[in-house]
Amino acid sequence: MITKRIIPCLDVRDGRVVKGVNFKGLSDVSDPVELARYYSENGADELVFYDITASAEGRKLFTEILCRVAETIFIPLTVGGGVNTLEDFDRVLKCGADKVSVNSGAIRDPELIRRAAQRYGNQCVVLSADIKRVNGRFQVFAKGGREDTGIEAIGWLRRGVELGAGEVVVNSIDTDGVKQGFDLELLDEVCRAVPVPVIASGGAGSRQDFVELFKKVPSVDAGLAASVFHFGEIAIPDLKQTLWENDIIVRR
Amino acid sequence: MISVIDYGVGNLFSLCSSLRCVGAEVQVSADPAVLEQADKLVLPGVGAFGDAADKLRATGLDQLVIKQAKKGVPVLGICLGMQLLFEESLEYGRHKGLGLLAGRVVPMEGAIPEKLKIPHIGWNALQPVAESPLLRDVKPGDCVYFVHSYYADGCADSLVATAEYGIPITAMVQKGNVMGCQFHPEKSGPVGLAILRAFCEEEGKA
Repeated sequence: MITKRIIPCLDVRDGRVVKGVNFKGLSDVSDPVELARYYSENGADELVFYDITASAEGRKLFTEILCRVAETIFIPLTVGGGVNTLEDFDRVLKCGADKVSVNSGAIRDPELIRRAAQRYGNQCVVLSADIKRVNGRFQVFAKGGREDTGIEAIGWLRRGVELGAGEVVVNSIDTDGVKQGFDLELLDEVCRAVPVPVIASGGAGSRQDFVELFKKVPSVDAGLAASVFHFGEIAIPDLKQTLWENDIIVRR
Repeated sequence: MISVIDYGVGNLFSLCSSLRCVGAEVQVSADPAVLEQADKLVLPGVGAFGDAADKLRATGLDQLVIKQAKKGVPVLGICLGMQLLFEESLEYGRHKGLGLLAGRVVPMEGAIPEKLKIPHIGWNALQPVAESPLLRDVKPGDCVYFVHSYYADGCADSLVATAEYGIPITAMVQKGNVMGCQFHPEKSGPVGLAILRAFCEEEGKA
């Protein structure tokens, strides 16, 4: 049977890994290549790299780092951040990325999903969405969670999958950085709405949070987190042991 | 020297890195004269079967692979590259493969329980079903990374490992010097590297 995936996410700015709490107050964590190597040797099932650089120099540096990461690790690598065109897909795929995650770029131009899926295959296109409750409704936020688009989230994800996205990453702004568990209500709704793998993001604080995630929303395929892994609060081998003991099938 | 066949499908960066990581000398080539000199061939592939088979034929590399395989040169097909080793595929119509292995490539849709997602994507456990040099360092239950929506069927005479996804899915095949992995060994961590190392160290008949 297919295993549940555990995915550390590395936000990279100006060549360094950073992690924000509620998307604000970023702090420097570590060297991306070293961190990637560490995770790949310690049980991570996949890595996500987000480029949160704004400058062209930063983007060039990110692309160079990506090539070094891809030479170093032999697990699937997803890259996101600043992906607005097919050329952006091309740029990161040439560095050895396996999948490309689109977020704001797809909100601006949903056809980007279709064109990318046609050129590179559905399995290559990951639709990532930052979602927050607004007046009791799930809404999509853009620009790293700063801007309310007014778009209803579940419908947006469903449309993205129809356009060709092969996986979705659901990042709950409400639970992100709070470390009180994943947004199970939101995740359950998304899993009912789309037939592709769903990756849960935002809110992991303990090993138990991952157990709850996979027990209560069994159709979630993967759990993604950043700071709890980067700061060593959760060691992935320990997490997998805990999941295994709770009858959740993981790769060991 | 191991040659990775470049026929214009997919990115070969990770595949070459992983082969170098296990100590192989690797070159990427689309030139039949160069590929003819290789000790071993790797046939990669992503995308749709029909397109890939057409590209392989358009470059004449289909005949090169068949000729070298018949001479005993070890050939490893990966993912779609493995599927191309078979007689035919039913992906978007009916397409002819290289015919080096008996069997055909069929859709998972309709063959696996409906509640399971397609593509089969993620880490799944290998279950060896026959002996193979590729499985030298693989233990039952070792996980490898899959991404595919079609699988090889009717290939009992080459099947060496399966993965359970509602039904046993063809994961690895080998018949003499012709071998294949449905999963991506270059993305399968230490287990994948062990499989590539076994291929690199396998004595060829050539």
